[in-house]
Amino acid sequence: MDNLLDFKPLWLTLKVAGLATGVAFLAGVALAYALARRRFWGRDWLDAFCTLPLVLPPTVLGYYLIVLVGRNGWLGRWLEDTFGFTLIFTWQGAVLAAALVSLPLVLKSARAALEEVNPDLENTARTLGMSEWGVFLRVSFPLAWRGILAGTMLAFARAMGEFGATLMVAGNLPGKTQTLSLAVYDAVQAGNDQLALVLVVLTSAVCVLILATAGKILRASAW
Amino acid sequence: MHIQVEVKKQVATRGRKFALDVDFSSESERLVLFGPSGSGKTMTLQLLAGLLTPDVGRIVVGDRVLFDQQKKTNIPARRRAIGYVPQDYALFPHLSVAANLGFGLAKHWPWGLGKDERKRVAEFLEIFELTELRTSLPRDLSGGQRQRVALARALICNPQLLLLDEAFSALDALLRAKMRRELLKIQERFTIPMILITHDPEDVAALAQTVVCYSQGRVEQIMLATAEGCQVRETAGLSSLASNPCS
Repeated sequence: MDNLLDFKPLWLTLKVAGLATGVAFLAGVALAYALARRRFWGRDWLDAFCTLPLVLPPTVLGYYLIVLVGRNGWLGRWLEDTFGFTLIFTWQGAVLAAALVSLPLVLKSARAALEEVNPDLENTARTLGMSEWGVFLRVSFPLAWRGILAGTMLAFARAMGEFGATLMVAGNLPGKTQTLSLAVYDAVQAGNDQLALVLVVLTSAVCVLILATAGKILRASAW
Repeated sequence: MHIQVEVKKQVATRGRKFALDVDFSSESERLVLFGPSGSGKTMTLQLLAGLLTPDVGRIVVGDRVLFDQQKKTNIPARRRAIGYVPQDYALFPHLSVAANLGFGLAKHWPWGLGKDERKRVAEFLEIFELTELRTSLPRDLSGGQRQRVALARALICNPQLLLLDEAFSALDALLRAKMRRELLKIQERFTIPMILITHDPEDVAALAQTVVCYSQGRVEQIMLATAEGCQVRETAGLSSLASNPCS
């Protein structure tokens, strides 16, 4: 019965998904604004590149991440040499993996929402003396936030369910990097159907709660 | 006020090319850009406001050089002190009337208004007869009210020049006549030079001191309005059979 009351995977999942969503939000919105409003060389390529996590198998992403931040990867070695820190088999690695797979979900909705904002409004704000930051924070973002929030909620749900890339980068260490989806897999493999059922219901309930809340916020805020 | 615009710009949107090549100067307080749609009037205003960058040329307003391609001068829109009222007024839909007015007064995060600025907003709400609407959102305003908000929002920042793009086209004929009178009163009160875009000859007759006639990205004619009607000041080429707004 002890096993059934082990909420560690849930807290870890919420922590990892929450931070990953934060990272995906910041990177996704910044990229979306650049893609929606700036004209630069390689724009379509950047868009395609950032959408890759949506279509690539998570194991492929996991492999890329290992190549990049693994102990022998060029970024990983630098991190270890400089900060004595590695992302492999840590929950921070799980955050990175989850952020990567959920980035396109923020990016796509944020870009669509920002493109909907009338450029005349942004231009008028500029003539009223606003800096580019001011234009973004006072005009573009407030007008696009519903679409951005919708994408962010999806990203959170996606991050919660992340399995493949997380398994490859962070491993499946109970109490350390074992998130809900990994715990479900473990429980089923070990024949612990009761635990699996509890975890599955828990995961589903959290996801439904998030999606319903997002829907409520979106409806309540129309002006 | 001295205004000199001498710019060229080429743009291509969806395979359609458009070349703007205009050169005019004026000392008038009310300059009207007149001509058919698609002749480059709005683009000229956007170049003046700093929202577009000319390929080559020079823009001078008063004693300030806003753009000079040769000297690599290009003052950004936010420092040009030019009020711009686009065709649909571009009121911020998520902000109340008072917040729209105060928008340009709060320049730094967290964009709060000090005591003086709040007083200035209240004063402008009063001048433009918007005090009772101060908490309304733009979607609840009539066409005339929207225009007053847009004018007040631009003027509250103390611009040196006001640009109005088709300011009256969204209004019915009766309201247009009223708003023209209001605009003249506003100009008198704020002593601010204006450049207006229109394709309504009545706007020209009521407001223009100088008329710059546009056609296909070029200036066809420059006319001065006098008590007796319009006088041609300059004509470009022989194709100036283009409509005379004063006739």
